[in-house]
Amino acid sequence: MDALLTRFFPNVYWDEIWQGSLDTLWMIAGSMPFTVLIGLPLGIVLFLTGPRQLLAQPTFYGVLSFVVNVLRSIPFVILLILMIPLTETLVGTSLGVAGAIPPLVAGAAPFFARLVETALREVERGIIEATQAMGASLSQIIFRALLPEALPGLIAAVTVTAITLVSYTAMSGLIGGGGLGDLAVRYGYQRYQPDVMFITVVLLIVLVQVLQTVGDRLVVFFSRK
Amino acid sequence: MIEFHQVHKTYNAAGREIPALKATDLSIQNGEIFGLIGHSGAGKSTLLRLINRLENPSGGRIVVDGEDVTALSSGGLRAYRRHVGMIFQHFNLLSSKTVAGNVAMPMELAGALSRTQIAARVAQLLARVGLADHAMKYPAQLSGGQKQRVGIARALATDPKILLCDEATSALDPQTTGQVLQLLAEINRELKLTIVLITHEMDVIRRVCDRVAVMDAGEIVEQGTVADVFLHPQHATTQRFVLESEHIDEASQRDDFAHVEGRILRLTFRGEATYSPLLGRVARETGIDYSILAGRIDRIKDDPYGQLTIALMGLETDVEAALAMFHAADVHVEVLR
Ligand SMILES: Nc1ncnc2c1ncn2[C@@H]1O[C@H](COP(=O)(O)OP(=O)(O)OP(=O)(O)O)[C@@H](O)[C@H]1O
Ligand SMILES: [Mg+2]
Repeated sequence: MDALLTRFFPNVYWDEIWQGSLDTLWMIAGSMPFTVLIGLPLGIVLFLTGPRQLLAQPTFYGVLSFVVNVLRSIPFVILLILMIPLTETLVGTSLGVAGAIPPLVAGAAPFFARLVETALREVERGIIEATQAMGASLSQIIFRALLPEALPGLIAAVTVTAITLVSYTAMSGLIGGGGLGDLAVRYGYQRYQPDVMFITVVLLIVLVQVLQTVGDRLVVFFSRK
Repeated sequence: MIEFHQVHKTYNAAGREIPALKATDLSIQNGEIFGLIGHSGAGKSTLLRLINRLENPSGGRIVVDGEDVTALSSGGLRAYRRHVGMIFQHFNLLSSKTVAGNVAMPMELAGALSRTQIAARVAQLLARVGLADHAMKYPAQLSGGQKQRVGIARALATDPKILLCDEATSALDPQTTGQVLQLLAEINRELKLTIVLITHEMDVIRRVCDRVAVMDAGEIVEQGTVADVFLHPQHATTQRFVLESEHIDEASQRDDFAHVEGRILRLTFRGEATYSPLLGRVARETGIDYSILAGRIDRIKDDPYGQLTIALMGLETDVEAALAMFHAADVHVEVLR
């Protein structure tokens, strides 16, 4: 077995692959909660202040929407570099797993917020009205009606965002972010070792598949329609 | 009592002003079933949604049981809304909650009852609407009629004084419509609940309502007891609704009239008179002859009525004598030709 592995993957240090995989998982696990923590409220605010919604605020919505669009249109590689000073003040380093998390969150949160806004818009207007007619307060409408009704859509949004984060972590390898992307860049690209590239790509595909499958299952489980 | 004092509502959509409800005065008595009928866009939903302030009036005052509900604070408004239940054409149940969860929701939001009290009340409400066996199902597993029953149970959860129904039966088949209307009528009687009901079918009005207002282009054009409005419609819109509900087409009616001679009358019998053999007696005693062009015997809520369109043939003096006999028998006579 060992002989076989050495023959087909002569340049692969399996310890490094293992470490890289762990780093990638840590980056996703570390950035996802912050992405949700920032993106969910942002998405709710976008939804509520949007056209003809409960708290319609055309000007406020216009500005917020524009800022979100700007953040979303900056290519992630550029965001990574732009964020370096801020990342260093936030976590003390711009390298490794810790250094990758702030730019990952900055890149993913606006994206997730838009998905949340879309998921909330899918909730029938009549449901909000019925809840209002029951005498619900704004926070009751949000937490007792909107979010539970949008749950399958929100889970789908988390899934898509997690998968986007996978490709972002691969890019953060470019500026020394660690993880599988880092390995692919250092060995696969800079030293031209196609076997390392191959292994990292396969692992990333597996990761994306797993995330998508788990996400889809959860969506089905929580759908009552 | 629900009172509208010069209430009006104008929507602003894309810079255009839409006068959905022109200045309206209206009063709806406690315990009655009040119907609102009108064509699409007439302003029925707007009027209804002003009652529980899902829409804010552009002007005027809405007073419910002596309280000006246009002046409520946001907390006061939430408390007031618990006294006003609402059911909808598309039910608007939460798909993520079970039937029991949906019915419990208004009570959970109000926060006045304990879990066990809520569970007991949910069971009682579901039994009342005939859904005791469906408590743990999700709305997607129910038929339209069952969903509307859940809607009704949910609307009654906080023990409201008023129930607003926005086309509550429009998405249902005729048989299910009948059952839901019957349930509403029972609830109205048992709980002394005031019901305001929107429909675009005169038949729904005829079956359950006590009084009706006909709306057209943002105005109430006619209102009164269902019997008066239904049997003697004055406004063109009302007349069209009545003809529609009797499946009479104006053109073919004119055609029928052209085929007969003599006077054409519409006789309206109400109450016991509906069953009396008046027509035969009049024919015998006055010597006139008659032919029946159209007729219907039915009920308005629980009261029987009959309406006959007949052509009278005979000497002018005999026809006059016949008319006098109809009047004497308290039959309402309309001379159509
Ligand atoms: N939120 C809104 N914004 C702008 N215009 C509105 C709004 N709601 C209703 N309108 C307009 O107000 C008018 C009356 O609408 P309303 O919904 O009260 O009619 P309706 O009698 O209930 O009709 P339908 O039988 O189709 O339900 C219509 O011209 C409608 O387009
Ligand atoms: Mg309507």
